[in-house]
Amino acid sequence: MTIQVRRIVFLLAGAFLAALLVWGMGGLPHFGAYRGPYGDVLNAVSVPERHITDVVTAVNFDFRGFDTLGEEFIFFAAVLGVALILRAQPGEGPGHVEDYATGRAVPPTSDAVRVLGLGLTPPTVLFAIYVVAHGHLTPGGGFQGGVILATGVLLIYLAGEFDDLHGLYTEVTLERAEAIGAGAYAAIGTLGLLTGATFMANVLPLGKIGHVFSAGTVPLINLAVGLEIAAGLVLLLTTFLRQTLVLRPTASPGPLTKALGG
Amino acid sequence: MTVLQVVILVLVAGGGTAVVATRDPLRQAMMASFFGILLAILFFVLQAPDVALSEIVVGAVALPLMILLSLAKVRGGQR
Repeated sequence: MTIQVRRIVFLLAGAFLAALLVWGMGGLPHFGAYRGPYGDVLNAVSVPERHITDVVTAVNFDFRGFDTLGEEFIFFAAVLGVALILRAQPGEGPGHVEDYATGRAVPPTSDAVRVLGLGLTPPTVLFAIYVVAHGHLTPGGGFQGGVILATGVLLIYLAGEFDDLHGLYTEVTLERAEAIGAGAYAAIGTLGLLTGATFMANVLPLGKIGHVFSAGTVPLINLAVGLEIAAGLVLLLTTFLRQTLVLRPTASPGPLTKALGG
Repeated sequence: MTVLQVVILVLVAGGGTAVVATRDPLRQAMMASFFGILLAILFFVLQAPDVALSEIVVGAVALPLMILLSLAKVRGGQR
């Protein structure tokens, strides 16, 4: 197929796709227009029935909490997959830990970066805990707080060395924390079964509207998700950092390296 | 649609195009990070602060960092 033919095929297909898009978009509701009863119903019932003032959290961790359980395990499986694929291969071993750059010397971390990184870590961790704990009251929750917590940990690496970060935890600790977080979500879900209600039913006392300890199981689930997401993301970043900074080819290449011609 | 929404939608369209148009992976990672921040602002302007919070960390920090570390690993092998 010559370039000329390819171009004609592309233009025809592109024109068809563009026409289809324009036709389809013509039938869309106007920007910001809302149809459908579900949003209005949720807005009306979230506070009186669940004592949750952030309706997004009410949907994610209560009304459709079962979907979020699946979502959480998608993340769990993804982190597991990365850890499995990026494990040390035969023919790779821990080497001298250092930052390096091709073709130039690596400048030492400046004092400004160190001070800023270390100074930002405590507020970031505090903010993350706040976001997790207030998920049912204000925008935020386990997912958001978890990723913010992970960035707080990452700041330690940016301010120092990989060893400073790695001295804080071992991979086993992270794996356990992640597994406990994921398992706790499912366990909280079964609370409903124990009391004779359905799986994921919000069976705990709802408390006073607007208080941190309210909304039944939702803050507990947020806590579990926050733990899982933070541990999972830190594990993910540690795995990547280890690949880049620690693992080096050893003298005798392993079978995989040989097979790949390395 | 308010002026603010139009401005940020145009910026997102421009940012997305810039990510695709950048050919060097290192620069592309930086552009992707910038694009993540633009998306987060868009979500915030459209009254989805929950999603905006996640997008800032995942789109602007975690994803570009993984790309950068992968690049460092791949290029480090060529030393």
